[in-house]
Amino acid sequence: MSESGTLAAKAKQDTVSLTGAEIVVRALKDQGVTHIFGYPGGAVLPIYDALFADNGITHVLVRHEQGATHAAEGYARSTGKPGVVLVTSGPGATNAVTGLTDALMDSIPLVVLTGQVATHLIGTDAFQEADTVGITRACTKHNWLVKDVNELSRTLHEAFQIATGGRPGPVVIDIPKDVQFKTGEYLTPDQIRHRSYKPKTEPEAASVQRAVEMMAAAKRPIFYTGGGLINSGPQASAALRELAALTGFPVTSTLMGLGAFPASSPQWLGMLGMHGTYEANHAMHDCDLMICLGARFDDRVTGRIDKFSPGSKKIHLDIDASQINKVVRVDLGIVADAGKTIAEMVQLWKAKDKKADAAALKDWWAQIDRWRAKRSLAYEASDALIKPQYAIDRLYALTRGRDVYITTEVGQHQMWAAQRFKFEEPNRWMTSGGLGTMGYGLPAAVGVQMAHRDALVIDIAGEASVQMTMQEMSTAVQYNLPIKIFILNNEYMGMVRQWQQLLHGGRYSHSYSEALPDFVKMAEAFGCLGLRASKPSELDAKIMEMIDSPKPVLFDCRVDATENCYPMIPSGAAHNEMILSKLSDASVSDEGKMLV
Amino acid sequence: MANERHTLTALVDNEAGVLARVVGLFSGRGYNIESLTVGEVDPAEGTSRITVVTSGPPAVIEQIEAQLKRLVPVHAVTNWTFATDGVEREMALVKVAGADRAQAKAMAAKLGARVLDDRGQATVFELTDAPTNIGSFIEAMRPLGLCDVSRTGVAAISRDPG
Repeated sequence: MSESGTLAAKAKQDTVSLTGAEIVVRALKDQGVTHIFGYPGGAVLPIYDALFADNGITHVLVRHEQGATHAAEGYARSTGKPGVVLVTSGPGATNAVTGLTDALMDSIPLVVLTGQVATHLIGTDAFQEADTVGITRACTKHNWLVKDVNELSRTLHEAFQIATGGRPGPVVIDIPKDVQFKTGEYLTPDQIRHRSYKPKTEPEAASVQRAVEMMAAAKRPIFYTGGGLINSGPQASAALRELAALTGFPVTSTLMGLGAFPASSPQWLGMLGMHGTYEANHAMHDCDLMICLGARFDDRVTGRIDKFSPGSKKIHLDIDASQINKVVRVDLGIVADAGKTIAEMVQLWKAKDKKADAAALKDWWAQIDRWRAKRSLAYEASDALIKPQYAIDRLYALTRGRDVYITTEVGQHQMWAAQRFKFEEPNRWMTSGGLGTMGYGLPAAVGVQMAHRDALVIDIAGEASVQMTMQEMSTAVQYNLPIKIFILNNEYMGMVRQWQQLLHGGRYSHSYSEALPDFVKMAEAFGCLGLRASKPSELDAKIMEMIDSPKPVLFDCRVDATENCYPMIPSGAAHNEMILSKLSDASVSDEGKMLV
Repeated sequence: MANERHTLTALVDNEAGVLARVVGLFSGRGYNIESLTVGEVDPAEGTSRITVVTSGPPAVIEQIEAQLKRLVPVHAVTNWTFATDGVEREMALVKVAGADRAQAKAMAAKLGARVLDDRGQATVFELTDAPTNIGSFIEAMRPLGLCDVSRTGVAAISRDPG
């Protein structure tokens, strides 16, 4: 009570009176916000007025509110800062729902401000009225409708604490238009503490000690790492690298965790899961100790759950207590921040002078090398057609030595990018993992490029996905954002076609786009550079032209239309029941085909 | 795994939408609600207690507790079913209009219910008891002219002074 009493007294002393709209802009600036992604409309005009009067924040005008949310996600994921979105009521808010859900699934901190009709009109089916807090309750970490201007600054500051604290996520603040006009008291961020939200970030010493003991005793260990390491910050990736170096254990990662551990390390097994490498999935299946760091046993990772890593002890580190034992029962759950906990594991390992079981590890690595020898990412090369895998490999090779950020859409191209583009650092890989949102990558690239003006930002795309949010090319042009949209164009919804081929008897029901735009002409219409490559021999020169262009580029890379993405764990199969491509080991391939 | 019945109480900030968050969590994740009770407990602190009776396998109950704790306005969650220091009660209003209301009254008196209203064509009984006893009382009234029931759902609290 005394603490809150002091806070209240201090608050009274320090308050200033502002309009609701001014409070919004002041709060954003006090929270360190430099960029917002938005789209104006009737119910947010007072806030747009306040932005007009204040040039401290860069507003990025998108072409659709979904684009604003994905751009904010890309901005957040590549900077570690929350992404901020400003949209109007009704359709402005409903268009933001896909991005909110995407951010919730992938734990991306977003603060989304929505306009609302005036308080006296709420509930009357007014023009552009929607029950925004009702609609977004299930797709936000938390949301608020602010009916009292004197509650506005408190709510805004709490919103930033909640979006970025603990397991990050999106929040919505719905602000009626009359509240934006009214005058009220402004409180600064240091005067606000949320009364009930206090996420636990410190691990218990006993749990860290037990984890270290289990690691020292392990004979076939594996680090299974995830997006939590990216969210925890660069210190988590640094701590993981040190722990891996100390122990000599192999490391795999989920789609969301790529970059936390360097792909150039000999201890790197590649991504795991449905399109993960043979070695990563078999090591997960056969390990005797699984150390899960900031991942959540997603169904795309585990495959068939009753056959998931049957012989292993499992440690699960997650900042969200509800993830422990949600899908897979574990032997040791640790609820804490990943960076802090892994750093404590490193410290304790050193302090106790722990040694891994060298003889056992040698056998384990020999087994892993036998799995690696299957060359599960191999593909059949072609002189006539551009293989999508080849295109990614060339894109990777030709972008070395540059400051590269990659975003993706969703589908085959996303999996090929995850398999083949090698990430050395965190925050360089922006993809829609949990929700699988086609159309994520282009606006995400806008957000990334806004934060990193001089970097090379590439959206590895498919021709189907990219048409879902194509309009944001116009945003890229308006803000001179030289994003590169590298489309692997196979004229199919490739992953749908692949499933139809493998699992639905080759019935290609509505997965072929019989009409597609001329992407080169479309690029030109937007004011971008359009490029096309159809033969492997012309690919390198065209990629270099794309990289060297100061403009946003749409690259129509015409690839082999029927290439499948392998390896693959068919749904309902276990980690050791992978389908491999023709070029990989034949006996396993036949065994895999039996499952389909 | 066999289903278990559990009583969970959540101490929450008494703010707009908090009940919708709790109910939405149950419907969105496919959990059962057998009964639900809400009431303000401390007007000065602005807190309410939500009591939910649910059933499911132990792993699901564990998830429900963890998911409730994730909600931002939730201060604390307690699972009273395993706690030895908790008590729970429910109230029911039971309306009977039969040929032999005297027999119903005698039975009600025996089972601890009291007559709340007896002025019209029916008798309304009030019973506050453990939920299973309320169930027994309703069954006892059924052959004696039971015509309607209104139950509050469970309220639960600890015996502990803290």
